[in-house]
Amino acid sequence: MSMETLPKQSGLIPDGIVSRMLRQLQSGWRSIVIAVPFVWLFLFFLAPFFIVAKISLAELAISSPPFSKMIEWTDGTIMTIRVVFDNFAYIFDDPLYARTYINSLKISIISTFFCLLIGYPMAYGIVRSGPVAKRLLLFSIILPFWTSFLLRVYAWMGLLADQGTINGLLISLGIIDEPIRMLYTEFAVYIGIVYTYLPFMILPLYANMEKLDATLNEAAADLGSGPINTFFKITLPLTMPGIIAGSLLVFIPATGEYVIPDLLGGGNVQMIGRLLYNEFARNIDWPVACAVAIVLLMLLVLPMAIYQHYQGKASEGVTGE
Amino acid sequence: MLGDQISTDQNATDRPWLNSDAEPLIRIRGVTKKFGEFVAVNNVDLDIHQGELFCLLGGSGCGKTTLLRMLAGFEVPTSGQILIDGNDMSDVPPYERPTNMMFQNYALFPHMSVEKNIAFGLQQDKLPKDEIEDRIHAILKLVELQDYKKRKPQQLSGGQRQRVALARALVKEPKLLLLDEPLGALDKKLREQTQFELANIQDQVGITFVVVTHDQEEAMTLSTRIAVMDKGEFIQIGSPTEIYEFPENRFVADFIGSANILEGQIVEDSADHVRVLTDIGELNIEHSLPVQKGAQVWVALRPEKIHLSAEAPSEPQPNRSKGIVEDIGYLGNSSIYKIRLESGRIIDVTAPNQIRPKSRSHGITWEDTVYLTWDPSSVMLLNK
Repeated sequence: MSMETLPKQSGLIPDGIVSRMLRQLQSGWRSIVIAVPFVWLFLFFLAPFFIVAKISLAELAISSPPFSKMIEWTDGTIMTIRVVFDNFAYIFDDPLYARTYINSLKISIISTFFCLLIGYPMAYGIVRSGPVAKRLLLFSIILPFWTSFLLRVYAWMGLLADQGTINGLLISLGIIDEPIRMLYTEFAVYIGIVYTYLPFMILPLYANMEKLDATLNEAAADLGSGPINTFFKITLPLTMPGIIAGSLLVFIPATGEYVIPDLLGGGNVQMIGRLLYNEFARNIDWPVACAVAIVLLMLLVLPMAIYQHYQGKASEGVTGE
Repeated sequence: MLGDQISTDQNATDRPWLNSDAEPLIRIRGVTKKFGEFVAVNNVDLDIHQGELFCLLGGSGCGKTTLLRMLAGFEVPTSGQILIDGNDMSDVPPYERPTNMMFQNYALFPHMSVEKNIAFGLQQDKLPKDEIEDRIHAILKLVELQDYKKRKPQQLSGGQRQRVALARALVKEPKLLLLDEPLGALDKKLREQTQFELANIQDQVGITFVVVTHDQEEAMTLSTRIAVMDKGEFIQIGSPTEIYEFPENRFVADFIGSANILEGQIVEDSADHVRVLTDIGELNIEHSLPVQKGAQVWVALRPEKIHLSAEAPSEPQPNRSKGIVEDIGYLGNSSIYKIRLESGRIIDVTAPNQIRPKSRSHGITWEDTVYLTWDPSSVMLLNK
């Protein structure tokens, strides 16, 4: 019994100092650990955003860089700040931009829907398969990332072209006489986007479904619910966080997609990414290009905010086991 | 056979399995379940009657849960047949069976409130809204959770979740309620309390319960009958008293409670008793099994049925032995004594601490020489 109190007393003074020092060191480390990603995000995300926002409020100018300065000094004493909203007015005036935004949203929404339609059963299948098959299937979902994205899109060009693999095969089988036009159509863009972003749908869904308790399905069946009803009443609501996460991961980058509509859609499919590129590189109108980017960002922030709201609610409720 | 040994005056409605005319609610006929090469349930037969609280008791991997899941319809028997209320269940999916199950982890729907969890099963039956509400109200009252109906499962304690799970399964008024380790996730104190609650609820609703458990105390307090399972087979089926006092073999004697199990040889066989020579001496046993002289047998003696005394018994009797106290386990209400006999064998004896000792020193203590005596009827002769 006396053993208990002895080391405590003799260790009192050094223990106090050491632990206080450790605590200070710890809190120092904690702020460093938090500061590193914060600084990173500020430097490489927030700062560029402010630069883009600033350019979007400038005027086109024949100079280098090709836009007017926001702050100018006259005689070295009088400061003039010029903020121009013409670029935004121009975007809202010209129906080309509205059309392109709507077309981009349409293509990315439909692509997201198809990714969900294909990805959901795939994720479910992976979760329900045996441990070896599961690892193999997950590996094959990640495998495409090992080759260049650009290369894979070029491969699709080869597959979809008039003289491409698919048409060649169909003609040689005698199913069609003339090649079906697939490349440089909206169809090709859908194929490209769904193909490219499918893993981003499957992986969050998989992570979500993996946590799902399989006995819940049994409980529902036991209470008299058939498989279809169980899916809509139990599985679907409980996988909603995965569906939302996956859909946003597909929808957001797909809306701003440039490479796929450019390579697979050619000039026939207008998406905002191509428009942005054209303004920036061909017209060399940086202010309008930046305004296009800002409007796009605003369009995408909205679903993000909805997602954040849902996540907050979900972490209060369902997942808080 | 063993039933009439303990009593003949029991009411037949209390013990429906003794009434050979009664149609059992569940008939399990030659049911086998294999998972690949592994035989989980091996050719079992069982009748369970209306109103019973039947326990499947056994260690992990004995096949008890598999049997329960076959009753629920989550597993399909490899061979054999299950009839519930006279209907063959072979091609009936779980959602069309007249059974409900309380899952071991409760399997409450996390995105639904207590009320909605309970309503779920009733909604599948397309019951009118008023009736659903009435039934939920009644069942919540039964499990004493009226004030919690808007809560989500994760806002409830373990004991409350257990009662929601029970309510959700009971509210559909199934012919058969299946309970998989119903008290397994509760702490000891709550478990003891809930055992009696569960038996009371079963009594009130009159639904047949089949309970799977590995906890023999739970099985003993809850059930009308217990089936002791091992390696996919029934070792013995009987009431708690039958299982405890009349085990048929070493497995049951050892698995239920504790027992001193001794190997012996029959030296005398007469009409009402046998004499068995064991390494604790010659035992005089009032027996129930047909045996032959010279046969190898097993006998079991429950620790609490041995009387311990510091003084030698006054009159000589056959069922006695002498030893030295090797160890004492003091449990408060009783003590476990490990007695080393002259043969070197250790015998467990439990004795209730009925009298509060006057001083801190006990009557019997370490290294004391003690005498063991027991009643001839206490020794259990085992089959194998």
